[in-house]
Amino acid sequence: MTTNEQSGIRPIWDFFCSLKLTMFTLITLAIISIIGTIIPQGSPPPEYLQSISQTKLKLYHVLGFFDMYHSWWFIMLLSLLSINLIACSIKRLPGIWKTITQPVMVMGDSLEKTLSNVTTIETRGDDSTIRDRVAAVLKTEFADPVITEDGEVFHLFAQKTPWSRLAVYAVHLSVLVIFIGAIIGSLFGYKGFVNIAEGDSVSKVKSRSNKEIDLGFAVRCEKFSVAHYPNGAPKEFKSILTVLENGKPVAGYDRVPVIVNDPLSYKGITFYQSSYGKLGEHEFIISDPDGTNPQPLRIQSGGSAKLPDGSGICLQETTQDVSPFQPGVTGPAAQVEVHMANGGNKTFVIYGNNAAMNRMNLPYTGGKLVQYRGGEEFMYTGLQVAKDPGVWTVWLGCTLMMVGIYIAFFMSHRRIWVRVQNGTVTVGGNSSKNQGGFQLFMEQLVIKLKKQLPLEDNK
Amino acid sequence: MTSSSLFNITTFAYLLSMLGFFAFAVSRIKALGTAASALAYGGLLSQTVAIGLRWKESYDLGIGHAPLSNLYESVVFFSWTIVLIYGLLDLKYRYKVIGAFVMPFALLGMAWGQLSLDSGIQPLVPALQSNWLTYHVITCFLGYAAFAVACGISIMYLIREKHEKSTPDNEQSIVATFPTGRVLDDLNYKSIMIGFPLLTLGIVTGAAWANYAWGTYWSWDPKETWSLIVWFVYAAFLHARITRGWAGRRAAWLSIIGFAATIFCYLGVNLLLSGLHSYGG
Ligand code: HEM
Repeated sequence: MTTNEQSGIRPIWDFFCSLKLTMFTLITLAIISIIGTIIPQGSPPPEYLQSISQTKLKLYHVLGFFDMYHSWWFIMLLSLLSINLIACSIKRLPGIWKTITQPVMVMGDSLEKTLSNVTTIETRGDDSTIRDRVAAVLKTEFADPVITEDGEVFHLFAQKTPWSRLAVYAVHLSVLVIFIGAIIGSLFGYKGFVNIAEGDSVSKVKSRSNKEIDLGFAVRCEKFSVAHYPNGAPKEFKSILTVLENGKPVAGYDRVPVIVNDPLSYKGITFYQSSYGKLGEHEFIISDPDGTNPQPLRIQSGGSAKLPDGSGICLQETTQDVSPFQPGVTGPAAQVEVHMANGGNKTFVIYGNNAAMNRMNLPYTGGKLVQYRGGEEFMYTGLQVAKDPGVWTVWLGCTLMMVGIYIAFFMSHRRIWVRVQNGTVTVGGNSSKNQGGFQLFMEQLVIKLKKQLPLEDNK
Repeated sequence: MTSSSLFNITTFAYLLSMLGFFAFAVSRIKALGTAASALAYGGLLSQTVAIGLRWKESYDLGIGHAPLSNLYESVVFFSWTIVLIYGLLDLKYRYKVIGAFVMPFALLGMAWGQLSLDSGIQPLVPALQSNWLTYHVITCFLGYAAFAVACGISIMYLIREKHEKSTPDNEQSIVATFPTGRVLDDLNYKSIMIGFPLLTLGIVTGAAWANYAWGTYWSWDPKETWSLIVWFVYAAFLHARITRGWAGRRAAWLSIIGFAATIFCYLGVNLLLSGLHSYGG
């Protein structure tokens, strides 16, 4: 590399290595993430879109605010974070690696000056005896020392958990691993949705982007049920599902109950209980008040239709036998809401076997007599369908992150150096974390050393 | 004894404890500090029993579940975790006066819960019927509590720093009972060192639950996003300490902003934004 090139690349490299950039990226991410929690994401409800001005709407669309966590600039910020992370690691890791694999085992003057807890002990006696005693104390109290002989001088070096220095890099790597898992998921997985009526089976689901996806097998809904607490609150939504291969139930996947918080997984595709509803068709007869000129009218469960005078009729609930609810009346009944042509809404019940009662609704139905003939109805279950081959990579990243954070915070690389020279023992040490605690440890160690060494009489 | 009367006793103990710490800070009478922390520990004990009792009471009603399922239960649990984390710090470092800046948070939680929230035990809706609820809530709230303690300590740091600038050596002031700025800065870091792994674990358990329950570990729902915002702020805090010029005052501000974001994540999101998390409703 020529000097010229170096001077061009150097500032860029330094920029990507700087911790100031880290602070900037983290704080920026924190602040701009707020936007997406205030502006509805995905496809915002029409009421919201009407409540903001046209200029705002255009601006939000251009800036990608309606899907901001996938917008190019948000992805850019995450990429900047990753590049910063990688650059910082490339810059620092070799040094850390050297500290771990090639420790400085001799406490020279310059190292001694950087240590804040150097103590000297004056002893009597022969240096090699002293060396052995110090080594024994270090071994029992701390770690087995390495001894270096340098002419007349003995150097002892002991250390604990040097690899804990790598933990921070494991944490940083874990962030990247999680990103990779998310990318795998978005490239090779999908999220979809499917409704299955009781008794029906499906082999295709609709993805969020409205694409049809072939499952490669079929799923049948045998039954769907809702249980309630005594106070009426919902207690359990349950679908009984069967997986079918070539039309035959798969062993172990026959009539599996699926409830909220307990999904069904087959071939990497998972089905989650998500919603439910009723499906069916109902027949009504519309006639003149005396029953002449009958016309049939079909309405889907939960659906709506128009009456001859233009009023809208919405079907709310139906039963094929009304007697338990209304003693004295028999046959089917339907509760409807009518939006009258002249404005105004009215909710009432239409019967199958009670023309007299139905006649009381004439004012709301444009003077026509509406009768309910009955209908067929089943429950359907709404299942969320997901396939995410990246999810295990994400969990691997999360585990690495947790282990890494724990080690980075609660373990430290501690080193102790001892020099024995002419009866003088010099002890010093340092710790990558928790200096306060290490200080106390060193004080105790010096006391123990003094007990084991033949001390110089007070001069 | 029912859980509800024990919760009342707890609230009262925290009130007295807080007042005791204030009196200690002003008077510097040692016995007051000791009494105040004894009250805090007593309150913690009665609250622990009360939470256990409430758990049992829910089983007696036939709708047994851990008492972590609605706004009332969460605010009570939050207050419990704050005193717990404060207790751990107190046992280890013995700076009594910190209680004066931490107990108000615990008291606020209890008082709000007891005075104005619905304390009835309700059955769990289907979405919450999972053991993940317990793991997720416990880890998140322990993290939040450590951040509350860090926030209290940061406020002390800023008060101390301001005071030292205006009246450099006034031995009579309240500030004289405070630990030194360096110690406060370090305690702030230590609390966040407890909180950050717990919040991380809280986010991870939440993601695991979401993935298990509806197949997406992350959906950028406002609550999730806010927990990530909080996480970014404290990640920034951790890096601030190794960046020149960011320790001390700026780190204290980051810690306070982090706790404000935490509170918004816990309450603001439910009260002001819409999403999947049903607390507060
Ligand atoms: C923009 C990307 C990032 C860069 C460039 C970066 C860089 C660094 C550096 C240089 C250190 C100091 C290492 C040492 O002391 O030798 C560090 C520490 C640390 N980083 Fe990061 N970091 C980044 C993002 C993150 C993120 C997203 C997390 C989230 C968990 C994180 C967690 C940590 C932790 C826990 C420490 C240890 C802090 C301590 O010991 O107090 N970092 N980071």
